[in-house]
Amino acid sequence: MNPLLKVSDLRVSFPGKGWRAPRVEVLRGVSLDVRPGETVGLVGGSGSGKTTIGRAILGLVPVQSGTIEFAGERIDGLSPRRRRALARDIQVIFQDPYTSLNPSLTIGDTLSEPLLAQGHAAREARARVAVLLDRVKLPADAADRLPREFSGGQRQRVAIARALAIDPRLIVCDEPVSALDLTTQRTVLDLLLEIQAQTGVAYLFISHDLAVVRFMSHRVAVIHRGEIVETGEAAAVTSAPENPYTRSLLLAAPIADVERQRARREQFEREVASPRA
Amino acid sequence: MSETAPLSAEPLSTGVSTVRRGGAVRRLLRHPLGLASSAVLAAIVLGVLLAPVLSPQGPEVSSLRDAFAGPRAGHPLGFDSAGRDVLSRLLYGGRNTLSGVLLALAVALALGVPAGLVAGYRGGRFDAASSWIVNLVMALPAMVVLLASRAIVGPTVWVLMVVLGVLVSPNFFRLVRGIVVGVRGELYVDAAKVSGLSDLRIVGRHVLIVVRAPIIILMALVAGIAVGLQAGLEFLGIGSGDLPTWGAMLNEAFKNIQRAPGLLLWPGLALGLTNAALVLFAAALRDVLEDRGATVSPRRRRTPVEPPRSVAGERAELLSVRDLAVSYGSREVVRGVDLDVSAGEIVGLVGESGSGKSQTAFSILGILPEGGRVSRGSVTVRGREIVGLAEREHRALRGDVIAYVPQEPMSNLDPAFTIGSQLVEPIRVKLGLSRAEARAKALDLLRQVEIADPERVFGMYPHEISGGMAQRVLIAGAMSCDPELLIADEPTTALDVMVQAEVLGLLRRLQRSRGLGVLLVTHNLGVVADLCDRVAVMSEGRVVETGPVAQVLHEPRDPYTRRLLDAVLDDAPAREPWTPPADSPGSPGRPDPEDSQDPKDSQKPKDSQDSQEVAR
Repeated sequence: MNPLLKVSDLRVSFPGKGWRAPRVEVLRGVSLDVRPGETVGLVGGSGSGKTTIGRAILGLVPVQSGTIEFAGERIDGLSPRRRRALARDIQVIFQDPYTSLNPSLTIGDTLSEPLLAQGHAAREARARVAVLLDRVKLPADAADRLPREFSGGQRQRVAIARALAIDPRLIVCDEPVSALDLTTQRTVLDLLLEIQAQTGVAYLFISHDLAVVRFMSHRVAVIHRGEIVETGEAAAVTSAPENPYTRSLLLAAPIADVERQRARREQFEREVASPRA
Repeated sequence: MSETAPLSAEPLSTGVSTVRRGGAVRRLLRHPLGLASSAVLAAIVLGVLLAPVLSPQGPEVSSLRDAFAGPRAGHPLGFDSAGRDVLSRLLYGGRNTLSGVLLALAVALALGVPAGLVAGYRGGRFDAASSWIVNLVMALPAMVVLLASRAIVGPTVWVLMVVLGVLVSPNFFRLVRGIVVGVRGELYVDAAKVSGLSDLRIVGRHVLIVVRAPIIILMALVAGIAVGLQAGLEFLGIGSGDLPTWGAMLNEAFKNIQRAPGLLLWPGLALGLTNAALVLFAAALRDVLEDRGATVSPRRRRTPVEPPRSVAGERAELLSVRDLAVSYGSREVVRGVDLDVSAGEIVGLVGESGSGKSQTAFSILGILPEGGRVSRGSVTVRGREIVGLAEREHRALRGDVIAYVPQEPMSNLDPAFTIGSQLVEPIRVKLGLSRAEARAKALDLLRQVEIADPERVFGMYPHEISGGMAQRVLIAGAMSCDPELLIADEPTTALDVMVQAEVLGLLRRLQRSRGLGVLLVTHNLGVVADLCDRVAVMSEGRVVETGPVAQVLHEPRDPYTRRLLDAVLDDAPAREPWTPPADSPGSPGRPDPEDSQDPKDSQKPKDSQDSQEVAR
């Protein structure tokens, strides 16, 4: 089956700081693809460029070279008008549920925004908002309230509802649960899985947390310093990684088990960190 | 996961309508200055609008017989040098003065706001060009331009006010541009772009709403300035002499100051009142719209701290907390916490945001945020009661016995000073060392926190080092006075996993070599398993379970701890490989029950089974 999203040899760089400073290369030839209804996890440390991939796909940062195709059509370097039309297909859930909702708009206004932008009538949009709130398991009266009346997990549900508003085919999830508490994180992940089962939406799931990525993704790509260092089925990459960076990433994350964590720590210190005594 | 101050984290249950516009007006009228200044402004505007009704005669009607005549029936303020009624001239003059101000404001808004919006939102060449022009306009001396424009276009108030509007428009431009540059980077603006909104719509919906309040505040301030400037011009005789304005009245009165000094009083009073009311109105608006002031009065009532209700169990020598309660107003966020840390022991304090774990740590350190106080309980450090200690003694304790490592390393370093000077200063003050000795000690500390090149880092500024390095520097600072108890509040939450592993290793080695007692506040059960000897689990202000780490993680007794452990994904199975959807692709919204792709069904039971197996 043809991939829904195909990124080939993507390069992105930002202007350096200071006058005539060289450009900083953030992505150095990244290729990946996402099939319909599939979740591809993208995992990497801070500064690895994982967020930039998402932003490039969303058209929020300019692409220097390489191509991004969606359903067989190039979507890099689109005109603003055609980019806006693409909102129907590609949506986003950001990391921070506190800054990704406008504090002075009601939840209902935020949710109806993409609908109105796609030319739906106001009455139609209102009805759809009620359906969306129900789908993300928020009370119907949430529509009239402001973001600050909600907890982080509830706000993230609002962000999910906004992404779902116009039935996209792909949602870029940029660290959607890393700002949430452990138990909230689990319920939000379950909600995302449930929505995928119902609608067949594909996710590009970006996270620094290998455990979360393993739980969510069919396939996993590991990014390090702007390059994909390993890709494969989730089970393979997250339990028997071939790449040394992936291995160290796996070993670095502490697990909630004293004995096994001690073994992992010793392995990490043997393989990766060499403590300066 | 930062545990924000509970006051702001608490959702406002007061209802929905509090924040919208009506709410702002109501709050303004509840603000004492707001009420007074609005009343004065309303009276002035009303009086001026109703000039034809209120004034005894037209502003130009004069009878020389009455020149300088005092107040009498029907003419409460008397007559001026030309025998015109002062009250009438005051009211009609106010009309002209205030219309002039409105004209200037309108011009300034029309020029400044749209240009500021575009420059801030778009950036690039338009921004560069318009900022250049604005700087040029701001560099022009206003008085000289006003005088020159009068000389060129003639003495009419209206033209002068238009010119004034142009001259003050940069204020609006810069205000709006500055705010918009900030808003442009917000995630919700990105989300709106992804939602398919055009730039025009984003500016209209998301950006204008943010600049609205500051613009209104600036308008009130600029109106005050415009009133003053206009009166000044008229007073100097630069306005149009024939039109009655407050400034023109002042001018006339000044000419006759020897004969009838009282004539200065009324226009002066009108100007002063209007100006004062506008400035106070702006200040009150700022309080109301930006949620400042008038909220928590600094007046702190000294309520006695209740003694602990029970002091159960043996108390640890180093740190012992019994029945600790922390309150914000009447709301308790920590409700009776017991906790012990012995020398050489690492105790984890875990919980989710809002559980009160950071508040507990803050009250031991004596650094509770504004509004919070220890309302009950006992905290002893090395056997000494520290609840109710004076701030000075608490500070001594913090430098001497207790050290603190915060969550956000970067925001705890001052960007204006080098790493070295930030380490050396406290060492000199606390230990009374000479500069050279303190420097040697600081370098030694940097070495102890495993920084490879201490000399180089010593001379660097905070922005030149990474987050992990910054956290090492803060740990070095915490170690500088050889503490016995270290309180670390989510010390690795802001760091990358790899860096986290290194910093955890460092903390472990430091703790071992120095025999430190550590209280580690965290939400991460992996960190607890990695580092801690014992752990206390907090939920809703209480410790629900405490014990050796292995026991709590493997055989949790409390249902909340169990729920927390169930949410851990460490041992959740990887997702099954993707299989092509059963029916045609690209038709979303097909809930086919036969399609056994529901990952919840296939994963959840397996997962909880797994984690139980692992746990037991």
